[in-house]
Amino acid sequence: MVDSFSQFRSPLRHAKGMGSAKEGTHHWLAQRITALALLPLTSWLVFSLATLSLEGHLEFVTWLGHPISGTLMILFLSVAFHHGQLGIQVVIEDYISNIKIRRSLLIVTKFMSYLLATLGVVSVLRIIFESL
Amino acid sequence: MVEFALPKKSRVVEGKTFHADGDLKNPKRFFVYRYDPDKEENPSIDSFQIDLNSCGPMVLDALLKIKDEIDSSLTLRRSCREGICGSCAMNIDGRNTLACLKPISECKKDVKIYPLPHLPVVKDLVPDVNHVYAQLNSIEPWMKSDTPPPASEERKQSPQEREKLDGFWECILCFCCSTSCPSYWWNGDKYLGPAVLLQAARWINDSRDEALGERLDQLEDPFKLYRCHTIMNCTNACPKGLNPAKAIASIKSKMVERLG
Repeated sequence: MVDSFSQFRSPLRHAKGMGSAKEGTHHWLAQRITALALLPLTSWLVFSLATLSLEGHLEFVTWLGHPISGTLMILFLSVAFHHGQLGIQVVIEDYISNIKIRRSLLIVTKFMSYLLATLGVVSVLRIIFESL
Repeated sequence: MVEFALPKKSRVVEGKTFHADGDLKNPKRFFVYRYDPDKEENPSIDSFQIDLNSCGPMVLDALLKIKDEIDSSLTLRRSCREGICGSCAMNIDGRNTLACLKPISECKKDVKIYPLPHLPVVKDLVPDVNHVYAQLNSIEPWMKSDTPPPASEERKQSPQEREKLDGFWECILCFCCSTSCPSYWWNGDKYLGPAVLLQAARWINDSRDEALGERLDQLEDPFKLYRCHTIMNCTNACPKGLNPAKAIASIKSKMVERLG
């Protein structure tokens, strides 16, 4: 880490760096709150999938088309992808020190999580509306 | 990217072996990391055998015996030999600790001694702590107050307010914790590390300090504070039995508290 330190800059100049980015708490808090929300949501999903008699496509679609299971599934998908994105961001910030690669990866993973979450939500909505 | 292998010039090779003369009644072998910046050689592990019957009980006693009797070029920091100055912090048998507080008897087999991990090495067991000290300096670890102290007495606080500083003031700045933290290894240029954050918590929790908001502003950063992932190596490593992870958690909860 110290190899990149310029020998002409004081250690304090390096330690202070560019100062505080004035953010971080919201990310930290969101990660914990989404984790908290995922506890009941994941329990519901696992419990439902375990107890449902999913014999065919029709039964599953009927179950998912119900307003309550549909709503909970949409909540699960949104929260899970948001939580996953926040976690992946931490991993990228931890291990990728090249700022250009880091910023690009953060954008790509954010796009991916929005894309997959929206795809999931739209799919559930379609099933709900089709079963009306 | 994170580097998982040491640079070529830093790879550790086998060093010299010193056998003790005569019949040792209680022999013990010490493997010690050696690096001399004046030589164009890779770091090496030297092997020393000493007789524990003529040596003090702590690892520091063994290192000083080696320096006095076998190889005077062995370089290490030490001063108080009673765990209060923090100079002899090093990695003994895979754990960061103070050589003066680590009994040799706790090391079951051969004793392996390295400098604190992931800091540049000045020589042998002496790491370069300039950056860590600069980070400590950057959090301004002193009383900041616009209100002048009472004319004829000190600034007062209640016993309960004073109690909140327990667990912080005892830190001796040996940096065993910071250098045991993987987050500090990967991002130590920006992440302040447990030792410095514990000092920040010491001032954040001081009832007499008037710069709480300013201090929190300084730490509100994805790297300076939030690289802490509660790995707890810091608390595990602290030779004074302190809990830097809890101190960092207290800063995070203050951050949330001020959001309202």
